Amino acid sequence: MATMTMVQALNAALRSEMERDKNVILLGEDVGKDGGVFRVTEGLYDEFGSERVIDTPLSESGIVGSSIGLALAGFKPVAEIQFMGFDYPAFDQLISHVARIRSRSRGRYSCPLVVRMPSGGGVKALEHHSESTEALYLQAPGLKVVMPATPSDAKGLLAAAIRDPDPVIFLEPKKLYRSIKEDVKEENYLTPIGKARIVLSGKDVSLVSWGTMVHVCLEAAEALKAQRIETEVIDMRTLSPLDFGTVAASVKKTGRIVIVHEGQRSCGVGAEIAAWLAERSMTDLAAPIVRVTGWDVIYPLAKLENYYLPDSKRVLKAVEKVMRF
Amino acid sequence: MKKTVATFKVEYLQILNEKGEVDKRLMPTLSNDDLKKMYRFMVLSRVFNDKILKLQRQGRLGTLASIRGQEAAQVGSAFALQSQDMVFPSFREHAVFITRGISMSGMILAFAGDERGQKIPEGSNNFMYSVPVGTHLLHAVGYAWGMKIRKKNAVAIVYFGDGATSEGDFHEALNFAGVFQAPVIFLNQNNQWAISLPRSRQSHAETLAQKAIAYGFEGIKVDGNDVFAMYKATKDALDKARKGGGPTYIEAYTYRMDDHTTADSAIRYRDQKEVDVWAKKDPIDRLQRFITKKRIWSKKDEDKLLAECSDLVEKAVAEAEKISPPNPKDMFTYMYAEPTSILQDEMKDLE
Repeated sequence: MATMTMVQALNAALRSEMERDKNVILLGEDVGKDGGVFRVTEGLYDEFGSERVIDTPLSESGIVGSSIGLALAGFKPVAEIQFMGFDYPAFDQLISHVARIRSRSRGRYSCPLVVRMPSGGGVKALEHHSESTEALYLQAPGLKVVMPATPSDAKGLLAAAIRDPDPVIFLEPKKLYRSIKEDVKEENYLTPIGKARIVLSGKDVSLVSWGTMVHVCLEAAEALKAQRIETEVIDMRTLSPLDFGTVAASVKKTGRIVIVHEGQRSCGVGAEIAAWLAERSMTDLAAPIVRVTGWDVIYPLAKLENYYLPDSKRVLKAVEKVMRF
Repeated sequence: MKKTVATFKVEYLQILNEKGEVDKRLMPTLSNDDLKKMYRFMVLSRVFNDKILKLQRQGRLGTLASIRGQEAAQVGSAFALQSQDMVFPSFREHAVFITRGISMSGMILAFAGDERGQKIPEGSNNFMYSVPVGTHLLHAVGYAWGMKIRKKNAVAIVYFGDGATSEGDFHEALNFAGVFQAPVIFLNQNNQWAISLPRSRQSHAETLAQKAIAYGFEGIKVDGNDVFAMYKATKDALDKARKGGGPTYIEAYTYRMDDHTTADSAIRYRDQKEVDVWAKKDPIDRLQRFITKKRIWSKKDEDKLLAECSDLVEKAVAEAEKISPPNPKDMFTYMYAEPTSILQDEMKDLE
């Protein structure tokens, strides 16, 4: 065990996967000598050289589009998009090609690459540096979407993403890069993609979230203890495919659910979870499904950021609502 | 102080003129057998093209793009490739596919709306055609770059039109290719029309070949209706790439003789006189004149070839139309290596 931040855990996963498989290569803006703007790739350039840790031109579509060709050539590209708010130039490549190659070739070709992106807000960043637009990728069958909430999961999920035979969008909540530390196993391990994690077990209400919001939910759960409300906190970990089974089993037990996410509410990932439960878990529900999310507005600059991001107060208010029903 | 810090030139290459005469100094080494093979690929491609247009009009195939007029650009370039080289085509490359040995029945199956027709056989180094214009240039660059890292003797070639040069990904691809010196050939078929827009609406540049210069590599303009010039330009670019010389841009100056696709009507926007002028530059007629003058081709050979091509195409149609409809479950089967539980549920819902 070693105490690690999420940045260190991600770095460890990249290093061990690169040691394990020489086809794993990293590419992106400033990922080489500079070690990435968040230092996730720090030291890897010196260790693996410029042919495996590649500084590219400033070119999001170029990074993802050429990664497709590299994947077809048998490499396992791990591309970095510097911030999720800058992924749009690469969107065409991801939606029109990466997601479709296995299907439209009827299995002859596949496109097993990983695209890492720092996502989410809470760090008082510049405009376009705080977006949490994971829902956009849920309309692209063929992709998998993953977001860790802890250093341990970051290491295990990134290793799993790199070994996955399908393309994975790997979202890194930048607020959690250095704000939490945790004991992380030093040996290699894989955290399965597509499996949610029950962070806290409880029988009264389910809080479902991912990324930074898992910690907001845990804070709320702590406060609810004083009211003798036992909260079940679920970290989805994978957003595509969503692990509805774990959520449904939790709702069967608690009958009450609050879904918490940073991204905008309308047609957000929470909407899909709520719709699924409405279709299949109606009789298990003792109260309406409630969402606590970012508002349907442009992500604000630093001074209003805290009014946008869900916090434990908003979560507690939502829990009160479902408990009172 | 003010001085010239860089000057550039763009060359134009033509070897076989409209009368069927060659410039002997530039003529690449090709055996009589090679010449006949090239001619056969071009004729077969045209017979195939004519047939699929007919089938589309009969409602037996969906919307498709005609290659008429571009046979030399496609066959000449593809003929220069080796089997280990990788092709990234756009949606107007039937003659490239035919030259590369992709089955005509597969293409027909795909035009009929069956994804199984898009499946490239194992071991065949060709990628599926790309529909989103200009986006696939990057795939070729990445693949070529990968070959370079692996020190493999393979080159990637990407086919695209004049319209694609206006796309953002065109810039990103040429830029990456230059920076990483990827062994890639940008085979730009400038057929002068992107649906209804003439080449002048895509770029104010004098040539499209000169775009390569801005990215630090060579661009050449070639008579795209001259199969020998196309072969030579591609062969030179391949030799250069294999020696570590990096990318080359080839502008094949040609003409789209038909509508953009079967869903288009070019009469709305282009002058028939322009089409008539280009009809006289036909790439197949030109090669036929040359091999006839060379006395390696007779009327008898021609009749025999046309009958053979027609027979092959009819067989391909029959083969494609014999295949039973696809299993609806295939929609789900190929989404991921393992279908997700969500897809498994949806598959049950479909039943």
